[in-house]
Amino acid sequence: MRITTTVDGTSYTDDVEPRMLLVQYLREKLGKVGTVVGCDTSNCGACTVHMDGQSVKSCSVLAVQADGREITTIEGLSADGQLHPVQQAFHDSHALQCGFCTPGMIMQAVDLLKENPDPDEEEIRAGLEGNLCRCTGYQNIVRAVRAAADKMQPSAAPEAETSREPVGASMPSEVAQS
Amino acid sequence: MTAVAEPEVGRARLRKEDARLITGRTRWTDNLSLPGMLHLAFLRSPVAHARISKIDTSAAKQKPGVIAVVTGADVAEEQGSLPCAWPITEDIKIPNAPSLAVDEVNFAGEAVAAVVARSAAEAVDALEAIDVEYDELPVVLDMNEALAEGADLVHPELGTNKCATWVFDSAEAGSGGAIDDAIAQADVVLERTFRQQRLIPSFMEPRSVLVDPTGEQITVWSATQIPHILKWMISAVTGVPETKVRVIAPDVGGGFGGKLQVTPEEIITFLMARRLGRPVKWTETRSESMQSAHHGRDQIQKITLAAASDGTLKGLKVELLADMGAYLRLVTPGVPILGAFMFNAIYKMDAYRFECTNVFTNKTPTDAYRGAGRPEATFAIERMMDELAAELGRDPIDLRRQNWIKHEEFPFTTVAGLTYDSGNYEAATAKALELFGYDALRQEQRERRERGDTVQLGIGVSTYTEMCGLAPSRVLGALRYAAGGWEHASIRMLPTGKVEVITGTSPHGQGHETAWSQIVADRLGVPFEDVEVLHGDTAASHKGMDSYGSRSLAVGGTALVMAADRVIEKAKKLAAHMLECSEDDIEFSGGKLTVRGTDKATDIQSVALHAHVAHDLPEGMEASLDSEATFDPENFSYPHGTHLCAVEVDTETGQVKIRSYVCVDDVGTVVNPLIVEGQVHGGVAQGIAQALFEDAVHDESGTLTTGTFADYLLPSAADLPSFVTDRTETPATTNPLGAKGVGEAGTIAATPAVVNAIVDAVRHLGVDDIEMPCTPMRVWRAVHSGTRAEGGPGGEAGGGLGSIDASGGAQ
Repeated sequence: MRITTTVDGTSYTDDVEPRMLLVQYLREKLGKVGTVVGCDTSNCGACTVHMDGQSVKSCSVLAVQADGREITTIEGLSADGQLHPVQQAFHDSHALQCGFCTPGMIMQAVDLLKENPDPDEEEIRAGLEGNLCRCTGYQNIVRAVRAAADKMQPSAAPEAETSREPVGASMPSEVAQS
Repeated sequence: MTAVAEPEVGRARLRKEDARLITGRTRWTDNLSLPGMLHLAFLRSPVAHARISKIDTSAAKQKPGVIAVVTGADVAEEQGSLPCAWPITEDIKIPNAPSLAVDEVNFAGEAVAAVVARSAAEAVDALEAIDVEYDELPVVLDMNEALAEGADLVHPELGTNKCATWVFDSAEAGSGGAIDDAIAQADVVLERTFRQQRLIPSFMEPRSVLVDPTGEQITVWSATQIPHILKWMISAVTGVPETKVRVIAPDVGGGFGGKLQVTPEEIITFLMARRLGRPVKWTETRSESMQSAHHGRDQIQKITLAAASDGTLKGLKVELLADMGAYLRLVTPGVPILGAFMFNAIYKMDAYRFECTNVFTNKTPTDAYRGAGRPEATFAIERMMDELAAELGRDPIDLRRQNWIKHEEFPFTTVAGLTYDSGNYEAATAKALELFGYDALRQEQRERRERGDTVQLGIGVSTYTEMCGLAPSRVLGALRYAAGGWEHASIRMLPTGKVEVITGTSPHGQGHETAWSQIVADRLGVPFEDVEVLHGDTAASHKGMDSYGSRSLAVGGTALVMAADRVIEKAKKLAAHMLECSEDDIEFSGGKLTVRGTDKATDIQSVALHAHVAHDLPEGMEASLDSEATFDPENFSYPHGTHLCAVEVDTETGQVKIRSYVCVDDVGTVVNPLIVEGQVHGGVAQGIAQALFEDAVHDESGTLTTGTFADYLLPSAADLPSFVTDRTETPATTNPLGAKGVGEAGTIAATPAVVNAIVDAVRHLGVDDIEMPCTPMRVWRAVHSGTRAEGGPGGEAGGGLGSIDASGGAQ
C-alpha cells in the first residue's frame, strides 16, 4: 500500500506492507532509528512518538494508519539545533542512565505536559505509567518533568513543541550537589 | 587552557553521554545496517524437555527471501559448547551446551534452528515453515524433587540433577568455630526457609548482535556488557584465532548482569555470517529475551541462626539449593558462591557454615542478575535479624547495633574469612534513623495497632554490606574462576593537549565517560571537556575485563589513576629537560610543571606537544607521554549502609503501599554524586521490585507464563515512591580513589527492608513471613490465616498493577 506521511517535517511517500508497524516504517524505511523497540506487547513505551501531536506507541500503530498524518519523533523534537525544554530537563536532572527508554519517555512527557502543564508528582507518575525504565527508579524522570513544567510556564500548552532553547547555551555542565 | 579551579572528583557533573541519548542520535546495535546485511531469526522449542526426532527445513528454504536455514546438526561441527568459566568444584557436572540444540532440548525457549533471510520479516515468516517433531521427556522443575531418589533427569548422561555442592565452614577454614557447637550452646535457635524467586533482568534494550565477516577481522557488534570476554570466548568456542575477531559494544541499553553472557545467539550469528560471507544481524523480541536470555536468583534458603538470650549472635548455618536451569552459562554455578561470604554480613559471630547445592532443572539457565549472590545473602540475614528481634522482644535496630562490627574495629576479619577494610555502621544508621523519623513512625505504628486500624504500619530495616569491586585475581583463582579480576586503562596525550582515555570497563548506562573524565581531569590538571573516553571496542581498547560486580570505578578507575600518574612521571622528566633543571626540582600541580622555588613553568599540554614533535628529548626518552596501567585489587571493596522502609498494609485487601523509603549508603569516596544517587535510585527500585512485583513463573509443563512485560511486572513510575537518599563517606583503604562501588548496593539492601516492613506491619496478627513477591493475594492470605504456610508458594505472578490471573503452579 502507498502511504504519504510527514515525519519530523519531511514528507515521504512509500509503498509498505499492510502489516508493517509504524515503528518498523520509521526505523527500517526512513532510518529514523532514534525511536526504538523495547517489547512486543506495547507495555514499555520505548517507541513512543507523536501522531498529529498526540503520543502513540508506534509499535501499536500500522504504517498505513499514519497515511496523511504528521509524525514527530525524538529526532524531530530538537530540530534546528534547539533542545526541547523536556530534553534539556532530562539532561539537567540526570533523568537517564542507559538512555534506551529515554526517547519514548521524553515524547510521553511532552504529551503529558501538553495535557496538564502543571502536574504534581502523582499526576506525573500516572502520566508516565505506560513507559518503563529499568535504570532510574523514575525519581529523576519525575523531577525532570516537573522542572520542564516550571520552565515551560507560562507558555501555553500548544506551544510546547515549538518552545525551544539553544543547544549548549543553557547546558550547564554541573548541578548543585544535593 | 590550564588548571581547573576546583577538584573534579566529587563534583555533580552532568553527563557527557546524555547529548546523543536525549536526541535519538545514538548507536544501539540494532540501529546499525551494513551493505548486503542479512537478518537472522531463531526457532525456539515450545517444550521444556524433549528429544528432537525430526526437523524438516526444506519448506522453509523455499520461502521468499530465505538465504539459509540451519539446525543444530548442520552446525554441530563448528558450534562447540558454550563456555562455563566458573567450575566451582573439581567434581562439578557440566553438560554439553550447544548453541543450537542438536538432538535434545532442555528448556522451553532453547534455540533449535535458525533462518537467515534478506529481511527480518522474511526470516520470521520462514520459521513457521520449519517442521519439528518433539518426543517429550519428563520435565524436571522443582529442586527438591530433582534431588530425590529416582528423580527424572535433565541430563541423563550426567547421572544426577546435582551439579555441584560447595561448602564453606569456619571451623575448617580456621576463621571461626564449629557451627554445631554454636547451635548446641545457644539459648535461641531460629530456623527459617526463604525462597528467592526467579527473576528476569529485563534490561530495556533487547539483545542484538551484528557480525560483519567481510574484513580481515570479523567484527562483532553486540549489546553486551563484556566485549573483551566475548572476544576471547568466541575464539575459544569457534576456534577462530582471537586476532581475527574484533568485538564492539556500542551504546548498550542496560545490562544488570543480564548481558554478562556469551550467548548462543552471538555464536550462531557469528557462524552464519562467516559461512555466508555477508553481514548478519539478529535482534531479539522481548518475549524471546524473557524466555531465553538468562534469568537470575532462584534459590531455596534454609537458614539457622543461633544466639544467646541477650541477643549476642553465636552462629549461622546456611543450606541452599540453587537452580541452575538447564545449562551452565558463563558464571551460572558461581553466582550463589558470591553470596557465600556475605550471609554473616556486618555481624560478629563465632561460627558459620555455608553449603550450597546447585541443581539442574528444565528451565532457562540462571546467571548474574544485579547483586548476584549478595542480595540473596543479605535478604536471608536481614530477615533473620528481624525474626530474632521479634523472638527476643528487642528493637531490630538495637539488636543489630549489639552485634555489628564497631567502626573502631576495622579492618575486621569476619567469620567468613574476609577482611573488611573500612566502614562506619553507626554513622550511616544514625543518619538514616534521623531522616526517617524512626521514633515517630514507631509511635504511629503503636497507635494504629491499638485502635485496630485496618491499615497497619510496618517498619523494615536493612543494615547491609556487600563485597564488590570484582576482584582480586588470586581470590578468583582460589575460587576456581577461570579469569582474572584486574582492569586496564591507558591515556593518550595528543599533540593538541587533548586527552584520550581508553578503559577496559564497558559502561552500559553507568556514565563512565563522565566520571572517568573527572578523574583524569583532576589527576592531569586538564579541563574536563578536553578528555574523551573510549571504550567497548576491542580494537581501541585492547585489554579489559569489562563491567559487572560494581567493579568499574574501584578497579578500572584505579587503573586510570595509575596510568595518569605514569603520564605525570614522563612529563616531569621532559619538563626538567625543557626547563633545564633537575627532575627532582619539578613540581606538578593542577596541570602545571614548575621549577621549585621559581616562576619558571610549563604545562602538561606543552609538554605533550614537545614529546609528540620529539625534536628535543632527553637522552633515552621515547617520543610519548602515553601511559597504561593494569590494576589488580588486593581485596574486595565493602560498601554498606542502612535502608529503612515504612509500609502501609491494608489488612482487608492485602495491598502494600510504601509510605517512605530512606537510605544512607556508604560507597566510599564519591567521584560524581549525581551518578551515585542515580545508581542508588535504580538499585533500590529493582530491590523493591523483587519484594513486591517480579516473579518468573513456570507452569507444570515448564512453560514460562510470565514471558512478556504484560505478565512479568516491572514497576512503573506509578508503582514506586520517591526515595530519600543520603550518604556517609568512609573511604575504602584498598584503592587510591577510596571508592567502594555503588552499582548493586541498592538492589542488595532494598529487598529485605521492604519484606521486613510488611512482616512488621502484620506480625501482631500472627504472621512471621510472606513469600516474595508480596502480592496482595499473598499478604491477604497471610493476614487472614495468621500462619506463614498459607502465605507460602503460590502460582500467581506479580502484584501491584492490578495483578493478573493466577497461572501455573509448578512451584
